[in-house]
Amino acid sequence: MHWQVIFPLFIFLVIIFGIGIWSNKHVRTSNSFLQEYFLGGREMGGFILAMTMIATYGSASSFIGGPGVAYNKGLGWVLLAMAQLPAGYFVLMILGKKFAIIARRYQAITLIDFLRERYKSHVIVILSAISIIVFLFSAMMAQWVGGARLIESLTGLNYTAALFIFAVSVLVYVIIGGFRAVALTDTVQGSIMVIGTVILLIGTIVAGGGIDNIMSSLIAENPKLVSPFGAEGELTPLYVSTFWILIGVGVVGLPQIAVRAMSYKDSKSMHLAIIIGTIAIGTIMFGMHLIGVLARPVIPGIDIGDKVMPLLTLKVLPPFLAGIVLAAPMAATMSTVNALLMLVSSTVVKDIYLNYVKPTANDTEIKCASFIVTTVIGLAVVIFALNPPDLLVWLNLFAFGGLEAVFIWSVVLGLYWKKANKYGAIASMITGMTLYIVIDRFYPSVFGMHTVTIPIIASFIVFVVVSLCTAHKFKHEKLFI
Amino acid sequence: MKDQRFKIAHREALIGIALVIVNFAIWYGFAYGLGAGNPTSYTYVLGFPAWFFYSCMAGTIFMIVLICVVMKLFFKEVSFDDEEVDE
Repeated sequence: MHWQVIFPLFIFLVIIFGIGIWSNKHVRTSNSFLQEYFLGGREMGGFILAMTMIATYGSASSFIGGPGVAYNKGLGWVLLAMAQLPAGYFVLMILGKKFAIIARRYQAITLIDFLRERYKSHVIVILSAISIIVFLFSAMMAQWVGGARLIESLTGLNYTAALFIFAVSVLVYVIIGGFRAVALTDTVQGSIMVIGTVILLIGTIVAGGGIDNIMSSLIAENPKLVSPFGAEGELTPLYVSTFWILIGVGVVGLPQIAVRAMSYKDSKSMHLAIIIGTIAIGTIMFGMHLIGVLARPVIPGIDIGDKVMPLLTLKVLPPFLAGIVLAAPMAATMSTVNALLMLVSSTVVKDIYLNYVKPTANDTEIKCASFIVTTVIGLAVVIFALNPPDLLVWLNLFAFGGLEAVFIWSVVLGLYWKKANKYGAIASMITGMTLYIVIDRFYPSVFGMHTVTIPIIASFIVFVVVSLCTAHKFKHEKLFI
Repeated sequence: MKDQRFKIAHREALIGIALVIVNFAIWYGFAYGLGAGNPTSYTYVLGFPAWFFYSCMAGTIFMIVLICVVMKLFFKEVSFDDEEVDE
């Protein structure tokens, strides 16, 4: 590996560290520690909000896994990836101003704070906390493994050393800087993701001798590569359409995304973030997946999909540019991991410790607990990532769609439907996760749809029916919605 | 207690749903409308198959422009803090 490639990566890490140290100043001087550490003081402007949304959402799979699949399936996979465009505008529009206003009124720091105040139910708090901790801890471990593998392949270090570098770089700035450091580093990371995508797309088109040339090679190999149906005709319109739920509109239900929708400063930030976020996510998802397809004639015969993007980058770009582009998947992984770490830590501190263990904790105790919890969780993930236990690997499979099915209706109906009540919410959360796991294990792609479809629909129906059946118990309840 | 800001918020959430429906229709219509035939007889725009160009490229750019217009015309600025609101 060239030093010229590693140099931009190194600079990137130095900048990230600097942001952590700068943010720590705010953490130390803030007069509302919890709000500062876990929400960055609700001060995010539009650009930062957009970037932290897309950087949290875009993970290693957008840069490594996705292009690898596109390489094998052709333009149909780019079409599928474009179902992610709504993630840029839909979340902020749906949760929108109402969520921002209510979160402030409830003084909510976490998503669970909102659910607790809205439904006044300990069962919901505990169920949500357990889902977040269990599933996002395993998701974090998977991302951590991915990040270490990436450093391993780029630098030639062994896995343990690579994991150590990755862990130290993420843990330090998250622990000392809190949410503000996470959001600011996300801004740097998100920008690198967009810039890296554009550079690599141009480099690939040039290396392939232009679009016309690449398309003719694809057609010569297998005309289905340029159809919307996939190389083997396996991507049916129904199956691809159901991805709109999983990676498009369902994103509203992801706690790590939803919490960002209560951390921005004012309406103007939100309006700007919707526009920038949509452009950024459109560029990354379109660019990276198209790159995967265009790579096929440029570097033919790659068996392992995950190797397409790194090998392509090293082949078509000069070393220094390759370093910048390869910083993009690193950035994507880090920016997802740091959001998850912050979220799991805030769940433990705010939703478990302050609700049930020590409600009377003073500021110093809260501060101390926050640093300790974040550190312990971070180190625990590293230890598990050294030798990933099967249980966590298994749980990670449900961390995305399963969590969406758990949270989406409790959040959305809780915001907009006055009759939504705790019984409906509890029933829908349990239905969502149970169905997701059962369908995923026993009937994958049932009726030709993605696993997530039925749990989301079923948990909606259950929520509405149970809420209506128990509505008489809540007649005199005064609601703030 | 009727908070005027919630009326704005509700309308904006509905706009979000409408935008997704438009987005999906463009995406689905062009992809499977133009892409259904034999791949060897596709027409091409700027080097890309026409279905791909309209569904994934022009459609995406159209959505971004549409979102900008919608933000300008229909999204209102409101305060998020309760004390500044007259009820």
